[in-house]
Amino acid sequence: MPVSEHEVRVLTKRFDLPNSASIDTYLAHDGYQAFEKALKQMTPESILEELKRSNLRGRGGAGFPTGMKWGFVPKESPKPKYIVCNADESEPGTCKDRLLMEKDPHQLIEGILIAGVVVGSHQGYIYVRGEYRYLLEILDRALEEAYARGYLGKNILGTGFDFELATHTGAGAYECGEESALLESLEGKRGIPRIRPPFPAVVGLYGGPTVLNNVETFSAVPAILREGGEWYAQLGTPRNGGTRLFVLSGHVNRPGVYELPMGFPLRKMIEEVGGGILGGKKFKAVIPGGSSTPVLTADALDTPMDFDSVAKAGSMLGSGAVIVMHEDTCMVKVALRLMQFYAHESCGWCIPCREGTDWLSKTLHRFHSGGAREEDIGLIEHLAKNMLGRTFCPLGDAAAMPVISFVKKFREEFEMHLSGRPCPFESKQEPATVSR
Amino acid sequence: MMGETVKIRVDDRELEVQRGTLLIEACRAAGIEVPSFCYYPGLSLQAACRMCLVEIEKAPKLQTACTVPVTEGMIVRSNTEQVTQARRSMLEFLLGNHPLDCPVCDKGGECELQDMVFRYGASESRYGEAKRHVEEQQWSPVVYFDAPRCILCYRCVRVCDEGMGVGALSVVNRGVHTEIAPNHGDHLECEECGMCIDICPVGALTSGAYRYKARPWEMQYTSTICTHCGDGCKTTLSVRNNKILRGNNRDRSGINGEFLCIKGRYAYDFVEHPSRLRQPLIRRGRELVETTWEEAIGTVAAKWSEILARRNKAANNTLAETSEKRSEGFGVIGSNHTTNEENYLLQKFARTVLQTNHVDHHRTADYAALIHALANESAEQPSQAQRPPLARSKDIVGASAILLVGNNPTEQHPLIAWNIREACRLNGARLYIIHSRRIPLLRQSHRFLPLGLGHEADALRHLCGEPEATQALLGETPSGDNVTADLLNDFRNRLQEEKDVIVVFGDEITGPDVSLLIRMGSRLSGQTRYIALGDYSNSRGASDMGLLPHLLPGYRPVGDAAARAFFEDRWKSPIPATVGLSVDDMVAATLQGGMDALYVVGANPLKGRNPEDFCGKTFLVVQDLFLQETAQAADVVLPAASAYEKSGTVTNTCGELQRLRKAVGVLGTRTDLQIFASLAAAMGATLHPSQPEEALEEIRQMVPEYNIPLANVLAGGAEAVLNPNGFKPLAAPAETSGRVYSAQDTLFTSGTLGRFSNILNLVPERNIRKEPGPA
Ligand SMILES: Cc1cc2nc3c(=O)[nH]c(=O)nc-3n(C[C@H](O)[C@H](O)[C@H](O)COP(=O)(O)O)c2cc1C
Ligand code: SF4
Ligand code: SF4
Ligand code: SF4
Ligand code: FES
Repeated sequence: MPVSEHEVRVLTKRFDLPNSASIDTYLAHDGYQAFEKALKQMTPESILEELKRSNLRGRGGAGFPTGMKWGFVPKESPKPKYIVCNADESEPGTCKDRLLMEKDPHQLIEGILIAGVVVGSHQGYIYVRGEYRYLLEILDRALEEAYARGYLGKNILGTGFDFELATHTGAGAYECGEESALLESLEGKRGIPRIRPPFPAVVGLYGGPTVLNNVETFSAVPAILREGGEWYAQLGTPRNGGTRLFVLSGHVNRPGVYELPMGFPLRKMIEEVGGGILGGKKFKAVIPGGSSTPVLTADALDTPMDFDSVAKAGSMLGSGAVIVMHEDTCMVKVALRLMQFYAHESCGWCIPCREGTDWLSKTLHRFHSGGAREEDIGLIEHLAKNMLGRTFCPLGDAAAMPVISFVKKFREEFEMHLSGRPCPFESKQEPATVSR
Repeated sequence: MMGETVKIRVDDRELEVQRGTLLIEACRAAGIEVPSFCYYPGLSLQAACRMCLVEIEKAPKLQTACTVPVTEGMIVRSNTEQVTQARRSMLEFLLGNHPLDCPVCDKGGECELQDMVFRYGASESRYGEAKRHVEEQQWSPVVYFDAPRCILCYRCVRVCDEGMGVGALSVVNRGVHTEIAPNHGDHLECEECGMCIDICPVGALTSGAYRYKARPWEMQYTSTICTHCGDGCKTTLSVRNNKILRGNNRDRSGINGEFLCIKGRYAYDFVEHPSRLRQPLIRRGRELVETTWEEAIGTVAAKWSEILARRNKAANNTLAETSEKRSEGFGVIGSNHTTNEENYLLQKFARTVLQTNHVDHHRTADYAALIHALANESAEQPSQAQRPPLARSKDIVGASAILLVGNNPTEQHPLIAWNIREACRLNGARLYIIHSRRIPLLRQSHRFLPLGLGHEADALRHLCGEPEATQALLGETPSGDNVTADLLNDFRNRLQEEKDVIVVFGDEITGPDVSLLIRMGSRLSGQTRYIALGDYSNSRGASDMGLLPHLLPGYRPVGDAAARAFFEDRWKSPIPATVGLSVDDMVAATLQGGMDALYVVGANPLKGRNPEDFCGKTFLVVQDLFLQETAQAADVVLPAASAYEKSGTVTNTCGELQRLRKAVGVLGTRTDLQIFASLAAAMGATLHPSQPEEALEEIRQMVPEYNIPLANVLAGGAEAVLNPNGFKPLAAPAETSGRVYSAQDTLFTSGTLGRFSNILNLVPERNIRKEPGPA
């Protein structure tokens, strides 16, 4: 795994240790200290306080403040409460959670345990992406170790606290990463999102209050309790605490997963961390937060990579997957590839997403293969805009937003494909950006 | 129960609505249009079609009116450019892959998608891509599915799962490949009710009976009452060129709303079955041969007159009586399917013209015992009754607790079962079941008291606190349940906590057990109400109209001189004073050669017996639709019109009076009413009235319980009759001569009619479920 001197290694600090996934390595390097502290020295309120102070925001994509989310869980509940870890990691360009699970599964388990302490839950699940089969072995071994050492199970560390944790795999649907569809799937049903409100914090798994977070979010919790919320917050920028695992891919010389402080400048990320554009080509565009986020161009290169700044630049930090594209990339083809992904992954529940992604992918396909008419550019915009904000779940927005940004920022490339002209980029190097 | 209200503003109109109401309902109640495909009152929310998007102040984007409950001060806009545009684009999306084969689609003309596009859609289509296509599938004899037309509103899935409690449909695949799928991969095994077809807003689910037969605008619509079971659902028959092409409940009116089972929806086809009798038959030697109406009527009238004359002579000549073999004279067996007017006239004909009380029908529920027990009950405790003690079918939906004793409503009373499920699902009703089998409604039940066959009365005694009965119930039941004292006590204690229970019972409870049931019910708090379940469309009416050997219309005992005098005065004829023979007794007497004549109207009392054994044993006249066992033994067979071919009224098992309207006519047949009149006339007797309207008028004068406001009934609604509340205790106790038993029809059988319905014979489930119980 490539490393960079710009990295600030908090979540990844044990990654290079031998046997980093074993509980012995973990225990030898601060492992389960935060949990023990939470269990024995802290109250749920003081833990929440610390979390809020840390400015930790959800790493799954939406960036919701984690402390606040856990605070929504009612204290009293007639139904059991649950902790669910979203390890469905399916956003194109994103492959950070798998490293956290592969290299340091106990850190994740510890984060989940702390959530259990905070909300008074005794049962957790890690919902693992279907294609991540190999991770199951690693996770299940780690769970076994934790049970054997008394960090999971009954009467943990003699405190009377019980917690059971199990893995569960998806069956390969992107939509099952959406929190409510994930809960449906976890209950053994079809992966269709639920009507909200009520939100999972109030009515979640099997109708019980549920804390649901991303792998990276849970994994950040032990360090916060160990070192303090204040310490974590100051690693980043205001309202954007800590570090983030950025997944740098596309046309850079050194693609990889890098743990960088929140607010790290985009240009520096591409040029210094990623070692600049592949083959010395010119930079053209960057998708800053996974395939669902609008594309940015050179004028946004000075954006600090935190939730608020990227939003101000007109896109989203999302899952932290930074996809870089150089001058030979055909943006129509990128838009097409993305739309094919969303058409394939739309769960089909609601009309605008189901029909919109299908129609758009067909039209973009025709566009790219030279069969487009002038009015098709407007049609693409029209369809995407009519999906936006009107679908049942955010997948529809995730499909629509990027397309709108592609047409807006690269209209001339769309025009270059009109009236039977062959793709002007086809002769050049194939974009290695997204593949299915 | 009017809860707290809130004020909201929609398009500059102030509305005051109950807190918690869904915005879409609030708008619609005020006449503000909000289009929807997936929203369907009474079914779970989906938020899938996005047709109902509206602007709500302070919300960052358009909101689905079908999922948002109103809150105080909510400001809503349903008519802005943004909203209009959202609707238009949703339809544009839908039409993209839609086949637009409207010219050949069954739904054309009554399609919600067509209507919606007409109202809210764009006139131009920008879709220039290839449309997704998959082949049409046949899922069962009655259900076809054309996936490309499906707009995925999930109504079918929900009505089957939530409404029917069957859950035969589901969703498979994803994205644009998402499809509705049947429970057995490529076909359905279900109740074949067609509810999914009926609820489908487009032509995706179509009916095997109706598809490609007609356009909706070339048919006439006749709303009438289904003739197959005692629940009496309203069904609209669509007719073209005197042929019934479709059954449904188009306007969702009537006691059943949108509900119909397979029989109400499809089993009208017996009407045109090739075996239908279309000409009178007369016995010549061993053969039944076709004849004219004149000859048939003349023969019957002559023979009957001759018998009458002989009997009168015998009655006047006491000497002769000793020498001649004793004969029972005339026997009359009536129908569970004929109208009230016909039943009334048939027993009047029997009692006055034929001078006999040997009048009966196949009794499938002990209404007589129920009415008597309730009359006695209300006489004892007059203060108790605030409401009629007989519940109407819709009352079930609003009940807080329901006790079901016996029967299997899912198979035998589909509407009652639907109402019970609605009560449990929508209103949280608690269902208590006492049963010897594990019936499907157990899924909805709150408490179950399993028992051995025939132990229902013990269960009632247990509920009344009789310890020996409790003992008799303990142990393992044939259904494999272990009955413990705890279970029994828990059942009783829970039930006793309930108030205003509706008790629904089958033929497991008859005779004295009915009084026991009422005694048990009167120990519960509040007012207990009852529904006795009888099999057919006018089983209740046959009983009410006095097609009984011991009771005159309105359950007045024939043995009661005052009751007799009342009828004799009006009918201007004496009535025999002794209780007559039951169906079984009449059949037995016939075999012994003890009946001079037997007149069977719309019934088949010889079902399952060899007609040969009865030939020549009596002068047998049968009036029916088909040549069944009884007709095969007849001397004269008169082809009758079915319920779909005549007007009149019927009374369902809950005592709801409804109107039959003639949908078609079958050449060669006559209505039972017409036949009675011709027979009487040919005998030189008078039998009034001869028109159904006049007959109903006379019924209303003679049976006070039927003297109810008719406006609603005439308009196609239902009105409850025979409210024993205020009944004076009847002179004699209910006397049960003759058996009361259900024919145990299933969802896919319906006595004689069911034997001649092609649709019912086609569905494979008919053979899986021979018993009206779970397979
Ligand atoms: C279509 C879709 C797919 C998503 N996929 C994932 C995913 O794979 N992993 C993830 O953590 N969150 C995913 N999310 C976000 C989750 O819904 C949810 O916001 C997140 O798991 C919450 O955790 P966090 O607060 O820790 O970010 C997805 C959201 C959508 C709409
Ligand atoms: S937007 Fe609609 S179709 Fe798309 S994934 Fe969400 S619910 Fe499914
Ligand atoms: S016919 Fe009735 S039972 Fe069968 S699938 Fe349709 S709704 Fe369900
Ligand atoms: S088949 Fe009809 S009812 Fe069922 S989802 Fe499709 S359109 Fe809706
Ligand atoms: S009616 Fe509201 S989304 Fe379908």
